[in-house]
Amino acid sequence: MPIAIAFDSGGNAATEPWIKAAKPTYPCLIDRRHVVAELYDMVNVPTAVWIDERGKIVRPSEPAGVTDAFRKMNRTNFSIPTDAMAELQAKRKAYQDALRDWVANGAKSKFALGEAEVLRRMHTPDDNQVRAAANFRLGEYLFEQGHASAAQKYFEEAKRLRPDSWNYKRQAWALEDPMKPGGPEFWAAVDSLGDGKYYPGAEDI
Amino acid sequence: MTLNIIYGERVTQGVDADAKGGELWLKPGDLERVSGWTHEPRGFCSGEVCVPVPAAREAEFVRAGGCNLAALAGLLGQPMVVDAENHAYCFGEAAAERKRVLTSLDAPDFTLPDLDGEMHSLSHYRGKKVFVVSWASW
Repeated sequence: MPIAIAFDSGGNAATEPWIKAAKPTYPCLIDRRHVVAELYDMVNVPTAVWIDERGKIVRPSEPAGVTDAFRKMNRTNFSIPTDAMAELQAKRKAYQDALRDWVANGAKSKFALGEAEVLRRMHTPDDNQVRAAANFRLGEYLFEQGHASAAQKYFEEAKRLRPDSWNYKRQAWALEDPMKPGGPEFWAAVDSLGDGKYYPGAEDI
Repeated sequence: MTLNIIYGERVTQGVDADAKGGELWLKPGDLERVSGWTHEPRGFCSGEVCVPVPAAREAEFVRAGGCNLAALAGLLGQPMVVDAENHAYCFGEAAAERKRVLTSLDAPDFTLPDLDGEMHSLSHYRGKKVFVVSWASW
């Protein structure tokens, strides 16, 4: 059972066109406060968690079939070079094949990780990162209450305390201006990663 | 002063509080509705959990007719963020608690609406393999 979670403080207005276009046969839930991101320590989208029939995590939060290949995108016309496109398609297929293997084989699937490996891969937030979450939460509350510029102050602090969170950066930018999450500030932040990964852990499937 | 307090999933507006110098004194009834904690002889309790007040530090946490939620949060390692202008306090989860929950490997439950406002809980799908995947319009 897939469950899609939209980390969208813009709620229905932001998400409806995408959900309607997808015509999903599975639940698509609206997570304005990024609750699931906090519960599972997710910092970007698309990020996935695999949960078995007993309600146990068998793959902790990881990039879901995506890679950094999108960084080769042409920023003027948004085209992606052939080699990067091939890499993205291959990664997506590999991830989907892994999911199918798990559906077919359950705990016997090599993709359903043992407890030790789940714990090894799992990240849990430190004190700065939970403080970031509290700042983001306050920002989201203030935004909901109609105090958009006050909200941005706490979004900025969340970003400062947790620079690895692309959710904080891009959600805050989206609330300022819908073009900002894909604009020059975004690309500058991506470039500043250097050899660092936008999707760390994507290499694991 | 009248405050709006976010404590985990709870949001309580219009709480009468004495807030100064990093302290947040609430009446005992308000402490419970804001945070779920009550003050008992053995300490602060919420559900099955009780946390004793550190020896010789009672005065930081409790006074006649009041409990200091900021002190309790500090004790529990919970971050507190304040927006004075909008009288808003936000208490987040402690790092140790998130670690405890996640490393148990029990998938944390959540309840969220779909586009129609119908609520769905993860726990409702117990017995199935669930693939939780995030996305965003941005």
